[in-house]
Amino acid sequence: MIRARDLTKHFKVHKRPPGLGAALRSLVHRKYEVVKAVDGVSFTIERGERVGFLGPNGAGKTTTLKVLSGLLHPTSGDVAVEDHVPYRRQASFLGKITLVMGQKSQLIWDLPPSETYAMNRAVFDVPTPQFDQTLAELTELLELGPLLDKPTRQLSLGERMKCELAAALLHRPTTLFLDEPTIGLDVAMQVAIRDFVRSYNQRHEATVLLTSHYMDDVVALCPRIIVIDQGKLIHDGDLRQLIKTMDPDKRVSFTLTQAIADDELAKLGAQLVRDGQRVTLRVAERELPAVIGRLLGALKVADLAIEDPPLEDILRVMFGKHRADPPAAGAAS
Amino acid sequence: MRSAASRTLRALPTLLRIGVAEVVAYRAEFLVWVLTMTQPLIMLGLWTSVAREAPFARYSSADFVAYFLATLIVRQLTGNWVAWQMSEDVRSGAMAMRLLRPVHPFFTYAASHLAALPLRSIIALPVAVVLLASAGAHALTSDPIQLALLAPSIALAWLITFAFMFAIGALAFFLTQTMAIANLYFALFSLFSGYLLPLDLLPPWIAGLARWLPFRFMLSAPVELLTRSLDGERIALLLGGQLAWTAILLAVALGLWRAGVKRFEAVGG
Repeated sequence: MIRARDLTKHFKVHKRPPGLGAALRSLVHRKYEVVKAVDGVSFTIERGERVGFLGPNGAGKTTTLKVLSGLLHPTSGDVAVEDHVPYRRQASFLGKITLVMGQKSQLIWDLPPSETYAMNRAVFDVPTPQFDQTLAELTELLELGPLLDKPTRQLSLGERMKCELAAALLHRPTTLFLDEPTIGLDVAMQVAIRDFVRSYNQRHEATVLLTSHYMDDVVALCPRIIVIDQGKLIHDGDLRQLIKTMDPDKRVSFTLTQAIADDELAKLGAQLVRDGQRVTLRVAERELPAVIGRLLGALKVADLAIEDPPLEDILRVMFGKHRADPPAAGAAS
Repeated sequence: MRSAASRTLRALPTLLRIGVAEVVAYRAEFLVWVLTMTQPLIMLGLWTSVAREAPFARYSSADFVAYFLATLIVRQLTGNWVAWQMSEDVRSGAMAMRLLRPVHPFFTYAASHLAALPLRSIIALPVAVVLLASAGAHALTSDPIQLALLAPSIALAWLITFAFMFAIGALAFFLTQTMAIANLYFALFSLFSGYLLPLDLLPPWIAGLARWLPFRFMLSAPVELLTRSLDGERIALLLGGQLAWTAILLAVALGLWRAGVKRFEAVGG
């Protein structure tokens, strides 16, 4: 279980204008500014939940994950993860959690991943039979077989990420903090990692807190999302419910096989995109059966898809609203 | 606390094995590193030519050979690069990963350095043979007590050097550039440890200062045990000094580490 109550994390940042004069002045007199990276955030995540942690760049996501994994000491507020105070970094706590940062590696660069795994087995004190079993399971799920004995520096980005995940999970943590685990990966690899995270979560009843810039990751993996912006929590709840509240209309996309004028299409619903014969309409949910009926009856279409509005659009609206109407205390000073 | 110690001990063989694998993987770097430690050979050439005609102070040409070859061996066995490693880890973010492992990084860094010792011995041991053959056994001690204390003295010299470098490495949590400090350290080390010349050839006031600084106990102490005939009081002073500096520098290194990690926790990395 993860619990954060009124969590804040402030950083003192050295400010210096450009130029040689300013550089010299900063030698004797430094100006600091306090940045409120996380500003009074509270949430509780139960064991086994998969939660997406969203927000624009600089919203405080990584800072929060670092506080939860024990790398950062909170400025104020209470944090408990698996009934431990994270920043004490007790061995019993570190054995239950893992932090995967898509842009940082724990693999030993010049040695094959199997050596990093052996090291993690030793430092996490994993009994050999359990280690062998976990490694066999991870090797199968992530298809690591041919990668285990290749030097890390010779692996592709996607291969390395799979090996990183395995390194992070060999001690069978029950809380996973995943910070952009699919960054820079191609679509097939993203899907593979997603499937793997879901299956690990189900097998081990592990709690997953995930940040990602790929909304597909979040939609596919996380029934619940927590959204922060400028260090403040602006939404915590069911993903589908959020979409329904923010934009209840569906997106109906199809490819026409005959020429149709725009005003003909307008009778069906608000037209969002038209790229030649490819059309996306916005249709209220209750009108959906009628519109689909007319589409299939009167028009000739090659394919048809009914989807929720993209999460990206929903978030853009949310952040826009939050910034236009900021909370009483500003996030940055 | 006890479980942390036993966990560390159980992890040690694996950490050492991987350390060896790493040293072997970084072959070229390792060789260059070993070569940078051969400065005593240059000093040897210089000082033996000074003493060719007549002994300089109380050092004959053979004494210089014995002294600098002993220096080379001790330096090969005790030199380390942990300050560079730590500074790089703080800068690259790898330190965060180390902090999330349940073994104190002091031990994981130490293991990777100890793992380099067997390969370094491959370089240092032939030198020891050359030392005995060329300078003659008479330039070395034959005192059984001194010879018996040599290994513990080298071990303490290793620990003092490692703790000092670890303390400099921990400064990376506070400063963006610790290399300037590492360079300053090396300048002081070269002068006060006996690396450039035997301490008794230094002007008296510098030699007096060297007696109170830790550098002598990182290098000169084991070299003196090997190349000089020392009385009991002098031996006790050398070993006692080593023990005292080991305790002091371990406390400083771990204290700086703790303060550094606190700062890291406060400002992030």
